[in-house]
Amino acid sequence: MPFPRVLFLTLIAKPMARILAGADVSGREHLPTRGPAIIVANHNSHIDTLLLLTMFPARTLKHVRPAAAADYFLANPVIGWFSRNIIGIVPVERKKVSRDYDVLGPAREALVRGDIVVIFPEGTRGAASDQMGRLKSGVARLAQAFPEAPVTPAWIAGAGRVLPKGRGLPVPLNCSVNVGPPLRWRGDRHAFMEEVRAALEALSREAPPLRWRED
Amino acid sequence: MEAIWEALRREPPALLWGLAGVLAALSLGAAVSVALPRLKPGRDYRNLQERIASWWVMAALLVGALLLGWPAMTALFALISFLALKEFLSLAPMSADDRLPILVAYLTIPLNYGLVIADRYGMYLVFVPVYVFVAVPFLMACIGRTKGYLARSSVFHFGVVTCVYALGYIPLLMRVPREDAPQAGAAGLVFLLLFATEANDVLQYVCGKLFGRRKIMPKVSPNKTWEGFLGGWLLTAALILWLGPWLTPLAGAGLWVVALALPVAGFAGDVTMSAVKRDIGVKDTSRFIPGHGGVLDRLDSLIFTAPLYFHLVSFFALSTY
Repeated sequence: MPFPRVLFLTLIAKPMARILAGADVSGREHLPTRGPAIIVANHNSHIDTLLLLTMFPARTLKHVRPAAAADYFLANPVIGWFSRNIIGIVPVERKKVSRDYDVLGPAREALVRGDIVVIFPEGTRGAASDQMGRLKSGVARLAQAFPEAPVTPAWIAGAGRVLPKGRGLPVPLNCSVNVGPPLRWRGDRHAFMEEVRAALEALSREAPPLRWRED
Repeated sequence: MEAIWEALRREPPALLWGLAGVLAALSLGAAVSVALPRLKPGRDYRNLQERIASWWVMAALLVGALLLGWPAMTALFALISFLALKEFLSLAPMSADDRLPILVAYLTIPLNYGLVIADRYGMYLVFVPVYVFVAVPFLMACIGRTKGYLARSSVFHFGVVTCVYALGYIPLLMRVPREDAPQAGAAGLVFLLLFATEANDVLQYVCGKLFGRRKIMPKVSPNKTWEGFLGGWLLTAALILWLGPWLTPLAGAGLWVVALALPVAGFAGDVTMSAVKRDIGVKDTSRFIPGHGGVLDRLDSLIFTAPLYFHLVSFFALSTY
């Protein structure tokens, strides 16, 4: 359902993200304009998905598909319908991780179709801080399978304050997205994941101080 | 079309001339941003172009609200207060336990502007300085986080006073009845405030660029100079002395006091917000307005000129307040 989805995202979600969460994007010129392409970002809040989707122009937006946990977003039929048709998620069956099941199957299919897949390599939402959790290597496996796809890092600051894990009521506060130059697959998974982490950490140092005081 | 002309004909002529002046100034800006890259190629003019494009949008919103009257101005400034307060609270050093007080801070916006709608001037004056001042530190004490308590509750109050209380004076001024400001009505009063404040910003900047030599506040705003400050002051004061009698009931001593005080207040607001930004460690409060930075970067001077202008004008020339 690409048409109502783009309509909802540009006419409702985008102004909402702008007014309630600031949504300042820098480095927009690094964003891919066509797929197959991969976006990697840190993850602290559901707001992250909203920010990453609404930073794309409408004509690219219909190809942008955030990878999301099937056990969480497809558990309930209403949220499931919304997640599939409006947010346009690529489901990841976190619970089915095993030798003979490819949890990245839907993401691969999306890349074959020429979509832009958003991956949160932390695998879950972290605490509302500048710290990143351990990165899972799924994104490296996707980059290996699609070496022509650029992997663009994006650092999101502030979203964990708007709607932290475990809270239902969002508090309007500004967020920012810093997009960096794309990375390319160079043949080694471990080295690639190190590159991803270094790129995200470099972007986090450029981000504005949208965080809680620590003491 | 016919209806719009009819509506414009009912507006005071001085106000229409003022709006025509704004249109002329914006057109000049647009012409410069188109001509400069042709005359002096090789430099990056994107910031200048974005800046001028944003001026057009901001002017359109404000002029629209001026012509539509106080309800539109109230709605516009309630939204601006929200955006400014959100920027302030996003950068201010608050703690994770302050999510509830932050929501309460936003709640002061409908209450503050509700008093403008209800036309309760006396209550407006005291609502934020007294009631919010008493209630919120108590709420924060009840939440029980004492680490950084004084700093957090003070930051909170600073944000509500600057972003909500000070800006609410603008729609409050729009409620002055026509007979109290017969020259150009309430819109004339507000127009002079907005025009003189923004002109002061631009004139200080231009005078500083042209003649700036001696730094005025090297620790807070290293780009500001005595020449820029004094040049902007003189030119803006002259502008107010010239336009004031056409747009407002100000005359004699009152006109002179406003003309001399407003540019200084604008400068004070500008450097105060610079000090806040320097303390937090950011250059701009956000990137909400292309070419300008954040809402607070644009409003810093207005936050100081609005309440001062309101009280000076009402002291010298209005019977309503």
